[in-house]
Amino acid sequence: MTGWAMALFQRDLRLSVRIGGSALVGVLFFLAVVTVIPFGVGPDLNLLARIGPAILWIGALLATLLGLDRLFQADREDGTLDLMLMAGRPLELVILIKCLAHWIATGLPLVVAAPLLAIFLNLDPVSMGAVTLTLLVGTPALTLIGAIGASLTVSLRRGGLLLAVLVIPLAIPVLIFGVSSADAAIHDPVPFVTPFLILCALTLIAAVVGPVASAAALRFSAD
Amino acid sequence: MRSSHLKLIAENLTIDRGGRRVFQDLSFSLSQGSALVVTGANGIGKSSLLRTLAGLVSLAAGTIRLEGGETDRLPQEQAHYFGHQDAVKPALSVLENLRFWQNFAAASVCEGFTGATLSPLLVLDTLGIGHTAHLPAAYLSAGQKRRLSLSRLLVTPRPVWLMDEPTSALDKASEQQLLGIMNDHLASGGLIVTATHTELVLDRIETLHLQAADPAEQAPEEALL
Amino acid sequence: MAFWDYANPTRFLRLVQVVLPWLIGFCVLAFAAGLYMAFFTAPEDYQQGNTVRIMYIHVPAAWLCMMCYTVMSISSIGTLVWKHPLADVSAKSAAPIGAAFTFMALVTGSLWGKPMWGTYWVWDARLTSVLVLLIMYLGLMTLWRTMDDPIKAGKSAAILTLVGALNLPIIKFSVDWWNTLHQPASVVRMDGPTIHADILWPLLIMAVAFTLLFFVLHLMAMRNEILRRRVRALRMRAASVSRPGTAAATAQPAE
Repeated sequence: MTGWAMALFQRDLRLSVRIGGSALVGVLFFLAVVTVIPFGVGPDLNLLARIGPAILWIGALLATLLGLDRLFQADREDGTLDLMLMAGRPLELVILIKCLAHWIATGLPLVVAAPLLAIFLNLDPVSMGAVTLTLLVGTPALTLIGAIGASLTVSLRRGGLLLAVLVIPLAIPVLIFGVSSADAAIHDPVPFVTPFLILCALTLIAAVVGPVASAAALRFSAD
Repeated sequence: MRSSHLKLIAENLTIDRGGRRVFQDLSFSLSQGSALVVTGANGIGKSSLLRTLAGLVSLAAGTIRLEGGETDRLPQEQAHYFGHQDAVKPALSVLENLRFWQNFAAASVCEGFTGATLSPLLVLDTLGIGHTAHLPAAYLSAGQKRRLSLSRLLVTPRPVWLMDEPTSALDKASEQQLLGIMNDHLASGGLIVTATHTELVLDRIETLHLQAADPAEQAPEEALL
Repeated sequence: MAFWDYANPTRFLRLVQVVLPWLIGFCVLAFAAGLYMAFFTAPEDYQQGNTVRIMYIHVPAAWLCMMCYTVMSISSIGTLVWKHPLADVSAKSAAPIGAAFTFMALVTGSLWGKPMWGTYWVWDARLTSVLVLLIMYLGLMTLWRTMDDPIKAGKSAAILTLVGALNLPIIKFSVDWWNTLHQPASVVRMDGPTIHADILWPLLIMAVAFTLLFFVLHLMAMRNEILRRRVRALRMRAASVSRPGTAAATAQPAE
C-alpha cells in the first residue's frame, strides 16, 4: 500500500528538483513581487509594516499559481497520465500525493523565504512568525485548490492564464483568513486563533474537494 | 495450463469521440494464450478501440469484462497499455524510470497466468539497454526509449497487453525480440490485443478487421447532439 | 416518465416551439405591469427620492444571478451523473445569461450606491460576493470556449460549476467576515417587516418578470446551442465521408 505512494512521491520530488529548479523560480518570482510593491505604494515603512502580511500572501498566491500548470500537463504529454489511470491505484490519493510533492518542491520554499522577505517589509518578529505560520498552513490549500484548475486545463496548450482565472475566486477565502490571522497576531480585533483555525479548516476542506474534483476532471480528460 | 480459463470479452462496444461515432456494436472475445490483431484503414478506430479497452475512452454503450480475472479490479487495471507515447521521464535515470513503474503499477496475478515479476536490471539487459541503466533517459535514442517503455510490461505481471503499433521505431532485430517477448507472454497464459500495419508472426492469432459500414446505417439526424 | 421524454433533443425542440410564445407573452405582461408600478405607483423614498426605483431592477437581477447559478449546478449534476447532453446544453446556455444578470446587478448596485454612499464602489460584503460570482461566470464561459470538444468542455465546466457551488457559501462567509473586520457598520439594511406593500408588490412582480425573462432567454439559448451542435455534427460527418460513422467488425481465427 505505502510502497507505491512512496515511489510516486519520490519520483515527483526528484522530477521537480531536477527540472528547471522550479522551487528557485517560484522564490525568485515571490521576491520580485515583494520588491515591486514598495515601488507602487511608496517606501513608507509604517505603511509597509501594516500591509506587509497582505503583500506576502498575495506574492505567495501568485507564485503558487505560476507553477501549477505543469502539475499534470507534463505527465499528460508523455503518456504517463494514461498509465497512472490504469495503474490500479486510487486516483484521488495519487493526486493528493502529487500535490504534496509539488507543495514541498514549490510551496515550502516560499514559506521558508517569507521571513527573509518580511524584513524588507519592516515586519516585527511577532508578525513575521505569524505570517510564516499562516503561509505554512495555508499554501497547501492553494496547491490543492490549484490542482482542480490544473486538471481542468490539462489538455489546453496554454492553460496557465485560464488556470489562474479559474482558481483565484476559489482561493479568496484562503487569502482572507490567511491575512486576517496574520493581522490578528499584530493588532488584535479578534484573537489569532479564530481565523487561524478557520484557515486550517479551509486547508482540510481543500484536501478533500481538490483531489476528488481533479480526479474526476482527469478521468474525463483521458478521452 | 488450463486452456481458456482467462477470457477477455467485449460486448456491443460503441464509442463516440468528439461528437463522432467511431464504431458501434463491436463484440469479440479472446481467450487465454491468443493474440487479437486489429487491422483496418487509417482512422477507422484501431487506436480508439485499444484506448477503450484500456479504460481511457469512455464507452457510450457496451461492456468489457475479463472473465477469470481478479474480481475486485477493473479489466484495465489488469492490462498494460503500450501506446505511441513512451511515458519516459528524461530527467530520471533509466533504472529510476523502470523502478517507478514496477512499484507504482499494481501487479495482477490470476489463475492460469504465470507471468513472473522480473528484476528491472535483468529486463534491461535482455532488451539490450542494460548499459544505460544509470544514465538519464534523456540520452536514449528513440528506439532505446521504446525498449525502455516495453520493459515496463515485463517488470509488472499483468495478463492483458494492449499494444498500439508495437513495432514502430524498432529495427528488424528488435522487432524479432519483441515478437519473442510477445510469444512468451502468450505462452505463459497472457492475452494480447494489438493494432498494427505490419504482419506479426505470433503463435495464436485471431484477427479483427475494422471496416467502414454502409453509410445508410448511420444514426438518424435526430440522434445527433 | 414524462420528464425523460423531453430530455430527447428533438422532442425538447418541439416543446420549446410550443411553450416559448406563451412564456414571451407572460414575460411582456409582467414587465409592463412591474415597470408601470415601479415608476408610477411605488412611492418615492423620503430620503433617496427617485433613486430608490433602481431597486426594482437591482434586486431582481441580484436574485436571478443566484438562481442562474443554481440552474447551472443542477444541470451540472445532470451532466456528470446522468451524462445527459441536454443538461450540458442547459448549463452552457445559462452561463452567459447569469453573467449578464450579475453584471446588471453590479452596475445598478454601483449606480444606486453613488447617491447613497457618495461613491460608485464600496467593498461592501454583498457587492464583493457578487463581483466574485461574476468572475466565476466569466471563468466558466472561458473554459467552455477554449475547449473544442463540447462533450469534454461540458464535463470540465460541470466539475468547476459544482466546485464553485460548494465554494460559494464559503466565499460568502469569508467575505462577510472580512467585511465586518474592515467596516463594522452595514451601510444599507432592508429588514423584511418594514417593507411597505407599495414597495413589495412592484418588487415581487418585477422578480416574476425577471424570472420569466430568464426562462425565455434560457430556452432560446438552449435551442440555439442544440442547433449549433447539429451543424457541427453534420459538418463533421461531411468531413469524414471516407471514414463513416460506424464500423463493422469481423473476427475470424487465422489458420
